[in-house]
Amino acid sequence: MDHLVVAGREFESRLIVGTGKYTDEATMLAAIQASGAEMVTVAVQRVDIARPARDSILRTIRPEEFMILPNTAGCYTSDDAVRTARLARASGLSDWVKLEVIGDRETLLPDTGQLLEATRTLVAEGFTVLPYTNDDLITALRLEEAGAAAVMPLASPIGSGLGLLNPVNIRILKDRLDVPVIVDAGVGTASDACLTMEQGVDGILMNTALAEASDPVRMARAMGLAVRAGRDAYLAGRMPRRERAVPSSPESGLPGKAFGAGTVVAAGADR
Amino acid sequence: MNIKVNGEPVEAEPGASAAAVLGALGIDRRAVVVELNGQIIRGPDIDQSGIAPGDRLEIVHFVGGG
Repeated sequence: MDHLVVAGREFESRLIVGTGKYTDEATMLAAIQASGAEMVTVAVQRVDIARPARDSILRTIRPEEFMILPNTAGCYTSDDAVRTARLARASGLSDWVKLEVIGDRETLLPDTGQLLEATRTLVAEGFTVLPYTNDDLITALRLEEAGAAAVMPLASPIGSGLGLLNPVNIRILKDRLDVPVIVDAGVGTASDACLTMEQGVDGILMNTALAEASDPVRMARAMGLAVRAGRDAYLAGRMPRRERAVPSSPESGLPGKAFGAGTVVAAGADR
Repeated sequence: MNIKVNGEPVEAEPGASAAAVLGALGIDRRAVVVELNGQIIRGPDIDQSGIAPGDRLEIVHFVGGG
């Protein structure tokens, strides 16, 4: 079977989804189930001590049902990201981490120097590290060398919904890396997801495209189908692009037309 | 005695454990991870840790995120 394999663990679905920004937890759960995703990201946050009774998200997204992938969202330094990852691991749920080290508040683009440093530290501590990065080949290669279990380049900025801005860079990454390439961030609708998978990448991680859809459950279903369609199309191998038309139907022997020039056949005549 | 919990000043009983502080704040300890002065403490250490004046507790949990 054609499965996503990360750090030796197999997933039937190549779609990974987030749990942020949903209007309510029932919609979130229904959407995640409709997407078919098996791996689900969560964030680490301080407990609001003024309102401590707020339910943990793990009552809705049950670790028995989903592989929980904690992230280090909101971290701007390697130290902060490493601290957050250690806290997440101390929950006992997972030693996997979706590593984010953000370099700029306006674009949320990654600080790749800090990201690399945090990756090295966490790999040395035994974490399975999935770093969110940009679509730069050199950074991706360094992350792989540092022991990242997958590399997660953006399609476009987090929460932008702009789709895949640079398919060429993504293909270059996929061509050069041995670890899985999982496109993380920027996918806005099903065609974006399909087109992204058609580049040959191993998976997609998305959140806002589902949570901010008018009907998150329906969009989640569409995304699940789009990821599969794009993967299948990639594996099937697309036809070449041509700048001239090539007919799909026979051009000769049509009613009232001969089978090509010079083939005149008289009925009853000897050949 | 005064300690800091998630950056907020909190009045705790002298010699209280981290577990006691969590309980007093109404926090379910099974749903959280605790740092005491920057070091993660787990399981029995949460019960046995004696909190001193000025100590910093950081209590985190999982929330929705992408």
